[in-house]
Amino acid sequence: MQLLRSIGQIIVRPTAAVAVALLVGGILLIFAGYSPLTAYGVMWKGAFGSMNNIAETLLKSTPLILIGSGLAVAFRSGIWNIGAEGQLYAGAVAATLAGIIFTGLPAFILVPVVLVAGALSGALWGGLAGFLKVRFGASEIVTTIMLNFLAIIATSFLVTGPMIEEVGKFPQTAQIAEAAHLPRILVPTRLHVGFLLSLGVAAVTYLLLFKSSRGYALRTVGISPDAARYAGINVGRGLLAAMAISGGAAGLAGAVEVSGLTFRLYQGISPGYGFDGIAVALLANNNPIGVIFTGILFGALRSGSEVMQMNAQVPSVLVSVIQGVVLLSAAAFGVFKITITNKQNEE
Amino acid sequence: MEPLAIITFLAAVLAATWRLATPFIFTSLGEVFSERAGVLNIGLEGVMLIGAFTAFAVTFFTGNPVWGLVAAMTGGLTCGLLFALLTVSLKANQIVVGAAFNLVGLGLTSFLYRSVFSGRMETAREYHSFSPIEIPLLSRLPFFGEILFRQNIMVYATPFVVLAGAFLLYRTAFGLSVRSTGEHPRTVDSAGLRVGVIRYASVLIGCALAAVGGAYLTVAHTNQFNEGITSGRGFIALAVVVIGRWSPWGAFFVSLLFGFFYALQLRLQAVSGITIPYQFLQALPYLLTLVVFVTLRKRAAPPSALGVPYKSS
Repeated sequence: MQLLRSIGQIIVRPTAAVAVALLVGGILLIFAGYSPLTAYGVMWKGAFGSMNNIAETLLKSTPLILIGSGLAVAFRSGIWNIGAEGQLYAGAVAATLAGIIFTGLPAFILVPVVLVAGALSGALWGGLAGFLKVRFGASEIVTTIMLNFLAIIATSFLVTGPMIEEVGKFPQTAQIAEAAHLPRILVPTRLHVGFLLSLGVAAVTYLLLFKSSRGYALRTVGISPDAARYAGINVGRGLLAAMAISGGAAGLAGAVEVSGLTFRLYQGISPGYGFDGIAVALLANNNPIGVIFTGILFGALRSGSEVMQMNAQVPSVLVSVIQGVVLLSAAAFGVFKITITNKQNEE
Repeated sequence: MEPLAIITFLAAVLAATWRLATPFIFTSLGEVFSERAGVLNIGLEGVMLIGAFTAFAVTFFTGNPVWGLVAAMTGGLTCGLLFALLTVSLKANQIVVGAAFNLVGLGLTSFLYRSVFSGRMETAREYHSFSPIEIPLLSRLPFFGEILFRQNIMVYATPFVVLAGAFLLYRTAFGLSVRSTGEHPRTVDSAGLRVGVIRYASVLIGCALAAVGGAYLTVAHTNQFNEGITSGRGFIALAVVVIGRWSPWGAFFVSLLFGFFYALQLRLQAVSGITIPYQFLQALPYLLTLVVFVTLRKRAAPPSALGVPYKSS
């Protein structure tokens, strides 16, 4: 019942928000001398026009759903993890390392090893911010932003230095072992099993948040750390767990990108999935089931806009405006009921 | 290096320090006001981009960077009005609105730049920006001349703007109400002051200064616009506010510190014979921030009501 209600909540008001955003985007298109109907038509076709377009949309949704599900846990627990982008990179680095080192293993062992390596690495990178918060009172908003920069710089260092491929000497690593590739599920498209994995992760995080006592404890921490402490909940441990879970999901997204799509690591492997994931989680009111829908929406906007740029010569960055206005109008329509908890109470 | 070469190198680094710190100084000073009143704006990066683009576009068409700066401030105030409308009046979540501002700022400026200016790139590079003003006599001082007396007007303005900001925050009735609003909004309300109005004013100051910080990049530091020209400076400014402990002078000196690391990294990359990978130097300011957090412990407490929408009962 709660599931039905939350799906309803996720469909009605966000749809209105999307309508407003498309309107704003349309005005912008007219101002810049494009025909909005043509542009949006091409965009729609680009996102859903053929089996291949749909597969590409779902491919772009996969990391967003993974990241959004994890962030839903963090945001519900009252910790503002802005660092999914860095955690994704941390995961991608570890997954690539595992995929290059353990070349002899069979696929049914190597694939899980690669994914777990990515998730663990992301969890550690996120957990570091959680530790700094709990132990030193460092604002997670600032530390996760710093850790984003550090992870991206570290990746740049690794792919130009220690991990650079032997031949070719492009700033990228060697390919991971063939046995580490995620199986494709809709040949001839590139859609891989990572998409199903993201649905699974969304379901598991939903159950964790809303159907388990641990999730109840986390949400209590998010609503009122004082009340949580009074109820005997270890607030510090809760915040650490929330950071590790959200970091782990983002790290898994990095591993899925490497093992499902790019098969190697290079600079700029993520076009900003970690930041879009924040919007995806918030737009779904931090409900992982809702994240599936908002993730596909943002994935469709992204893949549709790429086709729009190719076929209608409209700059694809329009998608950022649309995504941003979706968030703004959703905020104005009161989709989000969460508030930041009182910082003083966390001392 | 020879001793003389080291001194020349150091002078160049320190001169660049102040220049590179300037966008942080404007932006973080503004955010000090916003956060002191209890409003956290993580959308600074987006506001800076809008300031940078507006200043660029207006300077390109008018040929006068002063108009560019005025336009950027107007753009910043518009952002501030929207931010305050959503977060103060409608009590929307500040993080959500901030995240949206970053998306819109990047998307809007890149879209307009590509669709309006992409064909005019050659002429776009030619507009006149604020150029360095050499202070007579003083600019010829050895060492200090280059660092302190050969800067452009926006760089010279920074200590005075910070001075004015500190005066406003600590020595005026308005400043007192801003600081109280961030700590105990209900007390401010009981005293008959309008919490909403004070927060609107602080957010407007914050966004206007962030836009000026962005504008600096296109009408003083360079004379052109690139997509994402702020490259994360809005996020650094957020860290500067926290490390500077929410004070105007704190923000000023922490900005200089960040400027120093930026300058050092850029200059060292240019020096031949340095074998450290440049990424280590790039990482320094971010590592520094984390180390400062660990050493500061909990002494730096944020305003109590930071991030909490105020509902009068």
